[in-house]
Amino acid sequence: MLFASALVSGLGLGSMYGLLALGFYITYSVSSTVNFSQGSSMMLGAVFAYTFAVTYGWPLAPAIIMALVLCALYGVVVERVAIRPFALRGSSAWLMATVAIGIVADNAVLFTFGKEPRGFPMPLASGSVQILGIGVSPLQLAIPVIGLALAGLLHFFSRKTRLGKAMLAVVQNRDAARLMGINVSAAVSLAFAVSTVFAGVAGIMIAPLFNVHSDMGTLFGLKAFAVAILGGITSAWGVMIAGLLFGVVEGLITAGLGSTYTHILTFALVIVALALRPNGLFGRAEVKKV
Amino acid sequence: MTRIDKAAWRRRSVLKLGAFAIGAGLALPALAADPIKIGLTTALSGQSARAGEAITRGLTIAVEELNANGGVLGGRKFELIRRDDEATPAKGVIAARELVFKEKVAVLFGGLDTPVSLAIVPIMNQAKVPFIGPWAAGTPITKNGANPNYVFRVSAVDEIVDKAMLQYAQKNFNTKKPGLILINNPWGESNEKGLRAAMAAKDVKPAGIEKFESNDIDVVPQLTRLKEAGADTLFMVGNVGPSAQVVKSLDRMGWDVPIVSHWGPAGGRFSELAGPNAKKVHFVQTYSFFGKQTPVGEKVMKALMAKYSDIKGPDDVTPAVGVANAYDAMMLVAQAIQIAGSTDGDAIRQGFYKIDKYEGLIKTYVKPFSPKVHDAITENDYVWTQFIDGKILPVGMVK
Repeated sequence: MLFASALVSGLGLGSMYGLLALGFYITYSVSSTVNFSQGSSMMLGAVFAYTFAVTYGWPLAPAIIMALVLCALYGVVVERVAIRPFALRGSSAWLMATVAIGIVADNAVLFTFGKEPRGFPMPLASGSVQILGIGVSPLQLAIPVIGLALAGLLHFFSRKTRLGKAMLAVVQNRDAARLMGINVSAAVSLAFAVSTVFAGVAGIMIAPLFNVHSDMGTLFGLKAFAVAILGGITSAWGVMIAGLLFGVVEGLITAGLGSTYTHILTFALVIVALALRPNGLFGRAEVKKV
Repeated sequence: MTRIDKAAWRRRSVLKLGAFAIGAGLALPALAADPIKIGLTTALSGQSARAGEAITRGLTIAVEELNANGGVLGGRKFELIRRDDEATPAKGVIAARELVFKEKVAVLFGGLDTPVSLAIVPIMNQAKVPFIGPWAAGTPITKNGANPNYVFRVSAVDEIVDKAMLQYAQKNFNTKKPGLILINNPWGESNEKGLRAAMAAKDVKPAGIEKFESNDIDVVPQLTRLKEAGADTLFMVGNVGPSAQVVKSLDRMGWDVPIVSHWGPAGGRFSELAGPNAKKVHFVQTYSFFGKQTPVGEKVMKALMAKYSDIKGPDDVTPAVGVANAYDAMMLVAQAIQIAGSTDGDAIRQGFYKIDKYEGLIKTYVKPFSPKVHDAITENDYVWTQFIDGKILPVGMVK
């Protein structure tokens, strides 16, 4: 029972990490940069959805759609303000700039939304169903399904659609893609928008199980980056599977040894895994032509 | 006289006048009618602003009542001066220094954050000015090792709350094997120590001790461990958000177990965050304005309603502990000053030890302080409450 409950709770959390980490994968693939404020993007998804659904009383569906649209806009702004000016000059300052924009977002929310955590009830989160003798909320079961579905959708989009192929072309060779008439900056903007939407989805799904507050995404963002690196940031499925693995290992350590050891052992295992496989569990070494 | 000369003359005159005024001020002894300044440094903005406001209201009602009755020391009235510490130790230290050294307050009241109070304690012991805690529960605030110790408290104390939690659980739930679920921070640690000591004293062995983080979404693994180890009651220590996570995790597990908690849930929207089962958590408070009130309770409630337009009844006195603790603490301070016969810090400190009896809001205090006891509230003074529809009500008041 202990094992089963750790597995279910680990899979739920793991798919959240995976979703956030997919955001790192998308932007890294297209532009070799990542948005270190993914945790804040997740928080914004939850805060926007709460504001529309609870404060303004909108029905849930339009509230979620609107929240995700705003998340996409945030992604575009992050790319335009904190990535592009630095990446164009070949500087790595985007690293700090994305951290900074995340802190700005967290504090702006702290100021406007307030410091008090708020509860975000959702029909899917209430009640529990019994599986293998343990109680699970329906939302907990839905989270991994939605997470894997989004990873699948991303895979399909990048391989089968024209836009996806254009993005892959940008990944392979920016200059060649530009010469072929692909709008490279639009493709990069789109990648950031998709990455923040994924984070927003994670935030909205986690909100009813957790609560909504300005720093709800901080630790998540950090863990998601660890997951992205662990999965080998160049593989979508790898990142998603690493997320699930990370969540399950976390759950099993807590259940088996107690929560005192959770962070010590999970992050120690990340180091061991990377020492054994420097390009991540599912990544491939990049080939650099000289 | 040229323009420059005129300016210099004016400057000299102002300086002379200033010097005269300072000299005159120094030369004058405190007049009988001079107000006695009472300082308060607490969070007046941010997440804990409501708690700071509650302390302010308790102090204000007490000060107005004391002043209306003629003050102390032959007619000297009290004057309350507040500063916002924004719940940060550094700001609290600056505010305390300003109130003690510049405003020359006779006593200083602290706020609800243990770390802020702990930062202020050494300053007060050094300045020899009494520091009164009407909220923060950290054990080392009053047990700070200083001799003489200028720190007193009229509030819950972790190690006493821990004893009370065990006592309450044994009496009401026949607890034999409690499981501890504690927030992983210094507050949780302080209570782990207190609960271990309380359990050892009564020869109770815990089923397990589990920690959780303030950002934990799922506490099911920790709770499952406690359940499998045979826990028959949960002792919970955590702020409002994390405590709500414990309740929601229990819901998902379908584990119906009694929960006895420190006062963390009282600090916010616990009903909203934890959902309908928030009411299952029984947590400690020092006072409730609901139910039958003593004459002092009725008097304070009336004064609150008259002074604050937003208070229409007990529902609106939130958090009640802030108001009640601060009211009683201020009344005890007035007694100590009256006994001391002056506003000298050391005399007031000695005055606290000589307080014989005071019929207060929380209880009738009989010799509440001694050189060894600087905490006026004991484990028998706590009220056990639960959240029902967003209100903190005494347990059993609503079935």
